[in-house]
Amino acid sequence: MYIHDEFDSTLLKERVDEFRDQVRRRLSGELTEDEFKSLRLMNGVYLQLHAYMLRIAIPYGTLSSTQMRMLAHVARKYDRGYGHFTTRQNIQFNWIKLSDLPDATADLASVGVHGIQTSGNCIRNVTTDQWAGVAPGEVDDPRIWAELLRQYSTLHPEFSFLPRKFKIAVTASDHDRAAVKIHDIGLRLHRNGAGEMGFEVLVGGGLGRTPFIGKTIKPFVARRDILTYIEAILRVYNQYGRRDNIYKARIKILVHELGIDKFAREVEDEWLSIKDGALALDEAVIADIRSRFKYPAYEKLTDNPDELKQALADPTFKAWYRNSVSHHRVPGYGIVTLSLKPVGGPPGDATAEQMDAIADLADRYAFGEIRVGHEQNLCFPSVAKRDLPALWRGLDAIGVATPNVNLVSDIIACPGLDYCSLANARAIPVAQEITRRFADHDTANLIGRLHINISGCINACGHHHVGHIGILGVEKNGEEFYQVTIGGRADEGAVVGTLIGPAVPYAQVANVVEDIVEAYLDLRLRPDELFIDTVKRLGVEPFKERAYATG
Amino acid sequence: MTSPLQQKLKITGPSIVTANRTGDGAVIYRTSSNGWSTELSDAAVVRTADDAKALWAEAMADDLGAIGSYIAPVEVGSDGSIEPGNIREAIRLRGTTFALPASA
Ligand code: SF4
Repeated sequence: MYIHDEFDSTLLKERVDEFRDQVRRRLSGELTEDEFKSLRLMNGVYLQLHAYMLRIAIPYGTLSSTQMRMLAHVARKYDRGYGHFTTRQNIQFNWIKLSDLPDATADLASVGVHGIQTSGNCIRNVTTDQWAGVAPGEVDDPRIWAELLRQYSTLHPEFSFLPRKFKIAVTASDHDRAAVKIHDIGLRLHRNGAGEMGFEVLVGGGLGRTPFIGKTIKPFVARRDILTYIEAILRVYNQYGRRDNIYKARIKILVHELGIDKFAREVEDEWLSIKDGALALDEAVIADIRSRFKYPAYEKLTDNPDELKQALADPTFKAWYRNSVSHHRVPGYGIVTLSLKPVGGPPGDATAEQMDAIADLADRYAFGEIRVGHEQNLCFPSVAKRDLPALWRGLDAIGVATPNVNLVSDIIACPGLDYCSLANARAIPVAQEITRRFADHDTANLIGRLHINISGCINACGHHHVGHIGILGVEKNGEEFYQVTIGGRADEGAVVGTLIGPAVPYAQVANVVEDIVEAYLDLRLRPDELFIDTVKRLGVEPFKERAYATG
Repeated sequence: MTSPLQQKLKITGPSIVTANRTGDGAVIYRTSSNGWSTELSDAAVVRTADDAKALWAEAMADDLGAIGSYIAPVEVGSDGSIEPGNIREAIRLRGTTFALPASA
């Protein structure tokens, strides 16, 4: 956990007071909607189809049990009893009243949580690996660097009005769980040949209308230089980014239009002029941030305790254990993923009762710490293996122990046309139907790792371009249609998927997915050849044939 | 920028003006008596571009009561009943097309 300092709590308190006054002036008519809109957006308040929506950032995906209980409280008191975890380590409340927002934001601020910079053309919530600090083989805890960037970017005057929104993600593991290659800036912590720790910096990744995978702009930036280097990128973007055309305003377009080499030269020139300035990092600053992350007092435990051995005789527990518990860097502990993807449920939603129960279970078994991953699941980063059977019973009782993590029913889906005013088509019911088709866990296990991503429009909040199977809602003559891509991936081998053919109507989408999966089962060389590898080996044609055969 | 009200407006069938209520964001419909209602059946139905523009202008003038007003298509039954003209409006009227998590 990270312990915030006085500065953060003062800032939040002042911000809540300011927002309370703005809402008061809006409701009394002193402010017009035109005047108020940018103020509410700066506090994460959007207008959706049915109501206002409040988006709350969960910096680097880390929540304390106290914060989780507060999210439950806000869901219960001001919303309709649930929240939606997004692909950017945020949570959204979908039904909140403008008149309740000052009190809701004050309650959230009391535990250090807020919606600042979850909207607008600024640097958004810096995201990272939900296994940060516990993943085996990790170079460093990436949250330290995400926190540094949070402090740097919070209300940064020069970068509060960039040409467009700006997203940064950090990873420190070989396997990228933070999808850094689809961010405006992606940072990969690693060691160079001399054994020094530093960053590979990627730039210009992003999805939306024009998807690009990030390109390496500098293979190694020393830790001392990371802020100055990022500042140089932001300055070049701020100066040259297209403000004249919203569709061309993201940094990915600038990088593409200039070419990575020219862009890199511009950044290098800027960087050389500021490299030794005030933002050159002092080790003491990093040490101070590091000291504010509190790690559990791990015990010396056996990796295969009796409690676990006995519980593994139960096939239901065993299925969950194999699917949802991962290796921890400390022997005797495991990383537990809580599936927010029950069969037939809306992906990423949690009720207030679930949130409260999760907070209690975290206190009891997981050092009071919860993580949020971009796959819209939660995670307990550190659980003693001897406690796993008891924890599983607790998670199962509240419906978050579906053993489908990374399987076909672990679908990422944006809110789509059921909530979002920008949507062309629904996403959640499509996901629900697909999970019903693959409800049988044995079948899902037979299929193996398969990521399905669904977006309700080209803005791609569901990251459909990088789904192994990607589904994009489009509108044709007032009807919902869906384009299907395959072969995308969001990890260290990130690639944009390929369209398999014409869009299909709503009622056909789950059938097409079934056809694609059946084709894969027939075509794979071995049971351990993953879907994504079969697509890579064979291309889209055989899948396309199958999907459109019955037309 | 040209105001939307000055722009050419095409409507292809019966239409209404809808928005969200400022205080709580609820979906509301412009009525023929210069007010708003949460019931679609209370909405004023217009059939020409000029009438639609006039109704919309009225709605936009009420900045305190409503936000984001726009013209939306409807279908009017032979008995005068009003139904949403597309799926977006049907969802705005009836809510999500699945049970909400807390009530499931
Ligand atoms: S992808 Fe489109 S429909 Fe989905 S949440 Fe984003 S903007 Fe809304």
